[in-house]
Amino acid sequence: MNQPSTPNSFRTGPDEQGMFGIFGGRFVAETLMPLILELEEEWTRAKTDGSFKAELEALNTHYTGRPSPLYFAERLSAHLGGAKIYFKRDELNHTGSHKINNCIGQILLAKRMGKTRIIAETGAGQHGVATATVAARFGFPCEVYMGATDVERQAPNVFRMKLLGAKVNPVSAGNGTLKDAMNEALRDWVTNVDDTYYLIGTAAGPHPYPEMVRDFQSVIGRETREQLMAAEGRLPDMVVAAVGGGSNAIGLFHPFLDDASVKIVGVEAGGRGLEGEEHCASLTSGTPGVLHGNRTYLLQDDDGQIKEGHSISAGLDYPGIGPEHSWLKETGRVDYVPIRDDEALEAFQLLTRLEGIIPALEPAHALAEVIKRAPQMSGDEIIVMNLCGRGDKDIFTVSKILGMES
Amino acid sequence: MTTRIDSRFATLKAEGRPALVTYVMGGDPDFDTSLEILKALPDAGADVIELGMPFSDPMADGPAIQMAGRRALKQGQSLARTLELARRFRESDDETPIVLMGYYNPIYIYGVTRFLADAKSAGIDGLLVVDLPPEMDEELCLPALEAGVNFIRLATPTTDDKRLPAVLKNTSGFVYYVSMTGITGSAISDTSKVNEAVKRIKSHTDLPVCVGFGVQSAAQAQAIGQSADGVVVGTAIVRAMAASLDAEDSPTAGTVTAVRALVSELAGGVRAARLASVDEDAI
Repeated sequence: MNQPSTPNSFRTGPDEQGMFGIFGGRFVAETLMPLILELEEEWTRAKTDGSFKAELEALNTHYTGRPSPLYFAERLSAHLGGAKIYFKRDELNHTGSHKINNCIGQILLAKRMGKTRIIAETGAGQHGVATATVAARFGFPCEVYMGATDVERQAPNVFRMKLLGAKVNPVSAGNGTLKDAMNEALRDWVTNVDDTYYLIGTAAGPHPYPEMVRDFQSVIGRETREQLMAAEGRLPDMVVAAVGGGSNAIGLFHPFLDDASVKIVGVEAGGRGLEGEEHCASLTSGTPGVLHGNRTYLLQDDDGQIKEGHSISAGLDYPGIGPEHSWLKETGRVDYVPIRDDEALEAFQLLTRLEGIIPALEPAHALAEVIKRAPQMSGDEIIVMNLCGRGDKDIFTVSKILGMES
Repeated sequence: MTTRIDSRFATLKAEGRPALVTYVMGGDPDFDTSLEILKALPDAGADVIELGMPFSDPMADGPAIQMAGRRALKQGQSLARTLELARRFRESDDETPIVLMGYYNPIYIYGVTRFLADAKSAGIDGLLVVDLPPEMDEELCLPALEAGVNFIRLATPTTDDKRLPAVLKNTSGFVYYVSMTGITGSAISDTSKVNEAVKRIKSHTDLPVCVGFGVQSAAQAQAIGQSADGVVVGTAIVRAMAASLDAEDSPTAGTVTAVRALVSELAGGVRAARLASVDEDAI
């Protein structure tokens, strides 16, 4: 890779072509290209427009409920007997996850661009719910593409989207998960390019989406810095987040990338273990390739066909990853590790009982890694983990697995 | 450098008729039948062959071509096997141009340099890669031109006059005008709009302009062939082939015949195109 192993700053990307090193780019059909260029122009204008910033901040404060608390998990820290563990409580946001941070930003852009229809893909349904929510709030018709498998395992979110007035289109191609939903959303977009805004839910896809979504989600890391400074008077020793497409993680990580003292850990879905094919650890065991508009690490065979992957968590069940994470892996700035389904389930139960917080299965993966690392650290060290979603949507899946159904 | 594509369009220009460009998915429904279908195409009246490279995630394709790709992959088709199909076809036909059509990832994984060398030696004349817009020309377009392989670009209804020069800049062989904003296999709505668009593109380039996406019948091929230098038919052929398969997606005695029959009909359409336009002018 033609890049210095240690850049002066990890926070300057992407370049004008939307590249983070060799990752990212704009690998899309010509039909979409003019629109993507238009979006980039609008985004560039909005970034320096005071009224856009003011509207975004007002909605973050009064609609989403930001800043989300930074919570010291006293009982969990004592139980693990090592580092002090803090949770960034983005699960307390309106709609129950970090996804709303990005949706509010993008719906304001859609409005500025004069678009009249919103589409989105969703895995766990958290992004679908957040999109349906902002579409209702701003009066846009909304269609959400969701894999048929996910429609089944995240039923409460399907119901919420419908209540919010969105049309949910189940996608039965492939395994019926996030990858298939994204293909179908792209097909809708290319057909309805004139009036439709594609509200991508993660920091992936063609430029400028990875950068734009990261910037909307970086509010997580910025708040964390300030809140931890106020609570402890210093930066954390480690920040940890789950990565599916990687939007909550890049939101937490980005403001800390140039603080060399802060160790950064991204947690992938190890599914049923990395020895087989039933996992979604694209960074740990994938290779670079091109899918869904960007070059990034993918789970694929030696003919370049994309594999399906598996995770207990619908939100992590994606064979790719945002391109900036691929670059952060190659530069060595961030450590990416896998956590298996069963480890995530244990973490899910531990947090529920020790802290009275039911996490989503996605951050339960991050928590499982915290459970491994905290005991190896000293009592004056600090870990901040992004608790990016709440577990209401997962209680039926979990109770079924634990045999707690009746 | 002159490729088979350039020669074929020059010949057709002299004959005063548009080309029939036929798309089939490589390896669909299986390797041997796919080869038989390829061999039947020129006799049935196809002037240029677009050979689909199956991909697991064909974002710009409708259900018919998605299913075709899935059938091919299930039978073990790969990029190497698609090149092998072309090589076998070339054993008996050294004139009909072949354009490989598909998505970038399998080529990227195969390795661009190795791919171009193997494609060239297999007798491939051009490439049409859906997810490589001009902004990504360094990936494959420029190396392909260097290697003497045509790079055919898509122009679409969203490609306005401002953007068109960038799209045409490194295009060679022909320009593929996508008749609508949509995925393959949607229904074409207004052929007169398409004809206007073809005229617009022709005012920017001397390259032949072929029109595809949504052409399903001989009558449509005839109407579009009045202004276009070529008419591309894909989904309709793939559907006719698929309809001939048995319940297990295996070929039947009618499979190759079904393709041949439709292609002959379409060939009649493009051959009547300019005659019809002459008649109209006379009236």
